[in-house]
Amino acid sequence: MRLSVGIDIGSTTVKVVAMDGEKILFKHYERHFSQVRQKTAEVLRKAQAVLDGHTFTVALSGSAGFGLSKAAGIEFIQEVFATGKAVQLFDPQIDVVIELGGEDAKILFLTGGVEERMNGTCAGGTGAFIDQMATLLNVTPEDLDVLASHAEKLYPIASRCGVFAKSDIQPLLNQGARKEDLAASIFQAVVDQTITGLAQGRAIKGKVAFLGGPLYFFKELQKQFAKTLNLSKENAIFPELGQFSVAMGTALYAVESGNEETIESLLQKIENAPVDTSNSNYLEPLFSGDDDYEAFVRRHQKATVPVVPIEEYEGDAYLGIDCGSTTTKVVLISEDDDILYEYYSSNQGNPVSIIQEQLLKIRALCGDKITIRSSVVTGYGEELIQNAFRVDAGIVETMAHFKAARHFNPQVDFILDIGGQDIKCFKVKNDSIDSIMLNEACSSGCGSFIETFAKSMGYDIADFSQRGLFSQYPVDLGSRCTVFMNSSVKQAQKDGAGVEDISAGLSISVVKNAIYKVIRAHNPDELGKNIVVQGGTFLNDAVLRSFEREIGRDVIRPNIAGLMGAYGAALYGKGLHLKESTLLSMEELNAFTHTAKSVNCGLCTNHCSLTVNVFSDGKKYISGNKCERPLGYKNKEKLPNIYEYKLNRLKELSKQSKEGPHGKIGIPLGLNMIENLPFWHTFLTELGFEVVVSPVSTLDIYAKGRYTIPSDTVCYPAKLIHGHIEWLLEQGIDTIFYPCLTYNFDEKKGDNHFNCPVVAYYPELLRSNIGKLKEINFLYPYFGLHREKDFIKKAAVYFGERYPDITKAQVKQAAEKSYALYHQWYEDVKKEGLEMLRYAKEHGLQTVVLAGRPYHVDPEINHGIDKLLNSLGLVVISEDCVSDLVEPQKVNVLNQWTYHARLYNAAKYVATHEDIELVQLVSFGCGIDAITTDEVRSILESHGRLYTQLKIDEINNLGAVKIRLRSLLGAMEERRAAKGQK
Amino acid sequence: MDRVIFTKEMKKTHTILLPTMLPIHFNLMANILRQHGYKAELLTNDGRSVVDEGLRNVHNDTCYPALLVIGQLIDALESGKYDLDHVALMITQTGGGCRASNYIHLLRKALKKSGYGHIPVISLSVGGLEKNPGFRLTPSLVLQLMYAIYLGDLLTLISNQCIPYEVHKGDSQKLIDRWSGQLMKEFKGKNFIRYKRMKQLYQAILDDFAKIPLRDEKKVRVGIVGEIYVKYSPLGNNNLEAFLLSEGAEVVVPGLLDFCLYCVYNGMVDKELYGGSFWKEKISRFAYNFLVKKEKDVIDLIKKQGVFNPQTWFPDVVNMSEGTINHGVKMGEGWLLTSEIVELIHEGVNNVVCTQPFGCLPNHIAGKGMIRAIKEQNPGANIVAVDYDPGASAVNQQNRIKLMLANAKAELEKEEAAKQGKTA
Repeated sequence: MRLSVGIDIGSTTVKVVAMDGEKILFKHYERHFSQVRQKTAEVLRKAQAVLDGHTFTVALSGSAGFGLSKAAGIEFIQEVFATGKAVQLFDPQIDVVIELGGEDAKILFLTGGVEERMNGTCAGGTGAFIDQMATLLNVTPEDLDVLASHAEKLYPIASRCGVFAKSDIQPLLNQGARKEDLAASIFQAVVDQTITGLAQGRAIKGKVAFLGGPLYFFKELQKQFAKTLNLSKENAIFPELGQFSVAMGTALYAVESGNEETIESLLQKIENAPVDTSNSNYLEPLFSGDDDYEAFVRRHQKATVPVVPIEEYEGDAYLGIDCGSTTTKVVLISEDDDILYEYYSSNQGNPVSIIQEQLLKIRALCGDKITIRSSVVTGYGEELIQNAFRVDAGIVETMAHFKAARHFNPQVDFILDIGGQDIKCFKVKNDSIDSIMLNEACSSGCGSFIETFAKSMGYDIADFSQRGLFSQYPVDLGSRCTVFMNSSVKQAQKDGAGVEDISAGLSISVVKNAIYKVIRAHNPDELGKNIVVQGGTFLNDAVLRSFEREIGRDVIRPNIAGLMGAYGAALYGKGLHLKESTLLSMEELNAFTHTAKSVNCGLCTNHCSLTVNVFSDGKKYISGNKCERPLGYKNKEKLPNIYEYKLNRLKELSKQSKEGPHGKIGIPLGLNMIENLPFWHTFLTELGFEVVVSPVSTLDIYAKGRYTIPSDTVCYPAKLIHGHIEWLLEQGIDTIFYPCLTYNFDEKKGDNHFNCPVVAYYPELLRSNIGKLKEINFLYPYFGLHREKDFIKKAAVYFGERYPDITKAQVKQAAEKSYALYHQWYEDVKKEGLEMLRYAKEHGLQTVVLAGRPYHVDPEINHGIDKLLNSLGLVVISEDCVSDLVEPQKVNVLNQWTYHARLYNAAKYVATHEDIELVQLVSFGCGIDAITTDEVRSILESHGRLYTQLKIDEINNLGAVKIRLRSLLGAMEERRAAKGQK
Repeated sequence: MDRVIFTKEMKKTHTILLPTMLPIHFNLMANILRQHGYKAELLTNDGRSVVDEGLRNVHNDTCYPALLVIGQLIDALESGKYDLDHVALMITQTGGGCRASNYIHLLRKALKKSGYGHIPVISLSVGGLEKNPGFRLTPSLVLQLMYAIYLGDLLTLISNQCIPYEVHKGDSQKLIDRWSGQLMKEFKGKNFIRYKRMKQLYQAILDDFAKIPLRDEKKVRVGIVGEIYVKYSPLGNNNLEAFLLSEGAEVVVPGLLDFCLYCVYNGMVDKELYGGSFWKEKISRFAYNFLVKKEKDVIDLIKKQGVFNPQTWFPDVVNMSEGTINHGVKMGEGWLLTSEIVELIHEGVNNVVCTQPFGCLPNHIAGKGMIRAIKEQNPGANIVAVDYDPGASAVNQQNRIKLMLANAKAELEKEEAAKQGKTA
C-alpha cells in the first residue's frame, strides 16, 4: 500500500482525502470558519482509522493553505496545478475544466495549448458570492437551488462582482420580483461572469468538466452552465467527487514530492506551527479598558427619545415607515414626538407582508383611542408600499433623515447615515441640505456587509460586533470594496488573526470607507461641528467608536439610530397637518393580498424588466420602469432631451448609406465613434464605400462580444465595442474601419487635446483579442484629425495604398466635406441645446446638464437616466451644449483631454446660472474621471452650487439613481424655499 | 492655481525631498543632485502610514502610484523630521495622455488641502514642462543623471543574475553598496565625467561581480514588466522581487533606460503619424541615436566579458512588438510594455509577471490586452497579470504568481529531463 494524503484549505472550507494509488480511502469536507489549524487537525483526526500506523506522503494546497504550509514546513502545491493533476482521474478526454471555489474561479484549457487562468482581483463573486446572495434573499443556499428550478424568467444582473449584483438584486426584491426568478438570475450571473472573466476570448468547447463545491451542490447552476455553453450531456461532466478535485490532485502530487509523515507527526506539525503575526498590520484597540468603554456608553445614552407605552396613550399619532434595502422600520409617534411603537427587522426579501403584519398590529393597538392622522413612507420600497397600503405621502430618504437629525440637534451641520446598503451623508448649511454624498455601487462596505461576514464566520451580528469591542489587535483590512475585504480577511486569517480582531478590523474599515471613499474628507473640520450619526450600522458600538476615533471628535448617536428614517418620516407627516390618514383600515388590511408578476416592457428599445404588483383591491403598481410610458399615463408633454435628439440623429445618419464602388465598410457605433460618426460616415461615403453602422447598443449586443474582453476592469463603454464588432462580423462585412486617435479635435479649451488611453487605442486591443478580425480587413490607422492638412496627406497615402483608384484629390475633397459636416453637426447640437434652455425658461422649468462623455448618449450606457430626469420634470441637455458659452475654465489639474475640458467649462456655465443644475455621469473604471469629478465638484461648490455624481456600469436598475436624483430635487426645492423666505 | 516657485535662494536654504522608485538608481541621482549644490534627500519611509496618507490625500480611484508617491511625500512632511519652511519636493513629470502626467497637480492639491500650500514642488522633466529659477537642468547635470541610469541599470542587471545563486548570501548586496559609495566619489563636483572613465567603471563593475562565487544551479527565471512605478518599487509591488527570490526564482527586470528611450522614440513617431515640428523630430532623433550608441557600448562590454547575459539593445526591443501592437500607442508604457514581454521571451525568460495599478488605463490595452496575441505567437509564454492597489491582499497576488511559478517549474523540469535524456 502506498498511502498519500491531500489537504486543500480554501477560503471557506477544508477538504482532506487519503488515497491509495487512485483509490480513495477517506474523504471529508467541512467549513473551517477561519479556524484553519484547528479544523484541519480535526478533519485529520477523523482520518485516523485509515492512517494510523502508516507512513504516508502529504501535501497542502488552497489559498488558506499557503500560510500554513510555510509555517508547518509541509510541501505546497498551487491549487490550479493540483486540479490539473486530478482531472486525469475523472476523464482523460477532458478539454476544459471550470472550477468554482469559495472565492476563486479557475479555468483550465487542457487541449489545444494548455492555459490556466484565475479570476482577477475584482471578480470575487463565486461560492462566497452565492452565499451572500442567498443571505440577501433570506434563504439557505440549498433553497436557492430549489427556487431556481421554478424560475420563469431571468433578470439581467451585473455579473462582475458581488457588490454590483447586489445593487441589481436589492431593488428588484423591493419591487416585488419573484425569488424564483432572482435565484435563477443569480446563477446565470455566475455563469456569465465565468465566461466573461475567465475565458477571455477562448471558446469553451469540447468536453468540459465542472469542479468545486458550488458546481457540485447547485444542480441548477450545472444546468445553466451546460445550457449557456451549449454542451450536450456527454460533454458536460460533473464528477461525483468534483469538490475534492484539488485535494485529490494534491495527494497525487504528494506521491512524488510530498513530505513523509505519520498521523502523529503531521498533527504535531500543524498544531505546533508557529503563528506568524508579522505580516498583517495591526491597529490600536478600540477601548483601553472597561472604564473607557463605560464612559463611552454613558455619553451616548444622552441622545434618547422617550418611549410612551402605547396602552397608556390616547389622542393623535403619526406613522412613519422606512422600507429600506435590507431592513424595514416602522415608528408611531405621539403629539409630543415620543415613541409609541417601534419595529426594526430585516425585510427578509418580502417587505410587503412584513408591513402588512405591522400595520395590523398597530391598528389593533390603536383601536378607537388613538387616531392615526398621517402616514408617510420613505426608502427603497417607498412607491411600492405607498401604493399597496394607501400611505398618505412619500418622502425621499435624505430628507427624512435630515428631519430626524434636526430633532436631536437643531444645529446639526453634518449627518452620516450608514445603513444596510447605503452610506449617505449630507452637509447642512442655512437650514437646508447643502451637499449630498452617497456611496457608489463599488464601495458598499456597509452594514449588510458586516452582517454577511459575521454569518459566514458562524456568528450573529450582535455577538460578532460585541467581540470586536475588546480586540487587542484589530487588523488593518484596507478600505476598498467587499471583494477586496474578503481577500484582506483571508490574509489576516492566514496570519492568525482571531474573530475579535477581524470584527474590530471590519468596523474600522467600514468607517474608513465612509470617510475616505464616500465623504472624501480630509480632516474633521471639513465634516462639521455638530455631527449626528445614524443608521442601523451605528448601533454597533465598534463602528461608532471607530468613527469617533478616526475623526477625533465626539458625535451624537441617537438611541434610535436605526429608526431615524422612519422617525423623520413620521415627523414630516405630522408637519402635513392632515385630518386623518388614508391608510388601509383594519378590514382592508385583513383582506389584503399581493401578487407580483414580471414582464418585459415592449414600448421602447430599453426593454425594461417590469414587475407588476397587483393588490387585493385590483390596484396595480408597476416598477422597474425607466420612463412613464408603461404606466399608461397619457404623455402630458414631452420635455426636451438632447440625449434623445442626438441619438435620433445618429440613427438617421446610420440609415443614409448608399452603395459604392469599394463595397461595404463597417463602423462600430461606440466610444468616440459615437461623436465622430458624422465625420467618418461622410468621409467614407465620399470615398466610395457603403457604410454599415452597427446598431445602437443593447444587452444582446453586449452579450455577443463579452467573451473576448481581456480586462474586466475596463469601462463598460469599451466592453460594449466588442459586441458591435461581432455584430458587424455577423453581417458578413469583410472590411471594418475603426481608427486609433491619440489626439482629439483641438477645441482650445485646455492645455492639450488628447483622447483617453482606452478611447485612443481600443482598436489595438480588439485586433489582438477578436480572432476573426485577423481574417478580415480590419482598418485601424493612426490619424490625427486635429491637423487637417496632415490628415489629408496621411489618409491619401493610407487609402491610396489599399484602394489604388482613390486619389489624393478625392481624399482632400472628402475630408473637406467631412470637416464641414462635423462642425455643422455640433453647431446644430449647440443650437438645439440653447433652444431647450429657452424652452425651460419660458415654461419655468429646471434644466439639468447631464454631463459625461459623448458616448453616454448610448441608452445601454446611460440606462435611460436622461428619460428618468425628464420624468422628474427636468429638461435635459449635455455638457457640449454649453461648454462653448464661457471662457475656458482655469483648473487645478492638467487639462489635457478634449472631452474632459468640456466638463470644466460646463460646470463653470452651470455655476453662474441659477436655474440649471449639473449631474455628472461617470462610468465605473474611468480613471480620468477620478481627476475630473473632484475638479467639477470644486468648480460648482466654490459657487455654492450642488454637485451630483452618478456612477454607472452594467447595473441596470435605477433604484439608487432615482433616490439620488430625488434628493437633489429635494435639496433644490429647499434652497429655493429658503431664498423665497429671504 | 498659482504654483510656488522654487527660487534661487531656496537652493541654498531648502532640503529637496525625492520619493523613491528604484533604490539603486535614485540613490545615485540624489547624490548627483547634492554634488550640484542641492540639498537633496531620498525618502525611504514606507509601510502602512504611507498608504494611509495617500488614501487621505488623493482621490481613491486615482492610480496607486500617485497615491503612494504623494503618500510618501506627505508622510515625510508629517514625520517632524523636516523644517517645513525650508523644504521642497521633487517629482518627475512625463507628460502625455496618461493620467500620470497629472501627478504633480494632484500633489499640489493635496499639499494645499493639508496646509502645506507654501511648499514648492519641483517638476523633474527633460521636456522642461515647468520652470523654476532655483532648479536648472544644466548639461552637466543631465549628463550625470543619465550616466546614473546606465550605471544603475548595469548594477541591477548583473546583481539580479548573481543573487539567487550566491554561495555566500549577501555577496552581491555588499558589492552594490560598495559600488554605490565608489560611484558617489566618481561624480564629484559639477564636472563632465569623461566617457572613457565611464567605460572603465563598467568594466570594473563587471569584473567585481564576476568574482562572486556562485552555485551551478538551474532556476526558474521570471521577468517583471508593467507600469513603471509598480514594476520597480518594492513599496508599489508588495516586495515582488523578494517574494520571487524566496520562491526560488531568478528575477529579470528590464532597465530604466528603456523607458527613457521609449519617451524619446515617441517624439519621432509622432511626427511620422500626425505631422508636426521638424526640429522636435530632429532633436529626438539625435538624442535617440546618441543614447542607443552608449547602450551598445555597455552591451558589448558584457558580451566581451562573457559572464553575464546582457539586456537586449533598444533598437531591437523596438522591433519586438512588430505585428502585435503599433508604435503609435504612446500613453503610459504603451508599446514598450508589449515589447518588453516579447523581449524577455526572446531572451529565454518565458515567465512574466505583468504588474499594473488596479484600473490602469494604458495597461488595459498594452498589458492585459496584448497577452493573448503574445501567447499566440509564443506558445511557451507563461504570463500572469497582477493588479496592485491599497486594498489588494498579498495572498491573492501571491496565489496567482504561484500558479505561474508552478507552471514555470514544471516546464523547467521537463527541459532538464529532456537535456539529460540527450546526454544519457
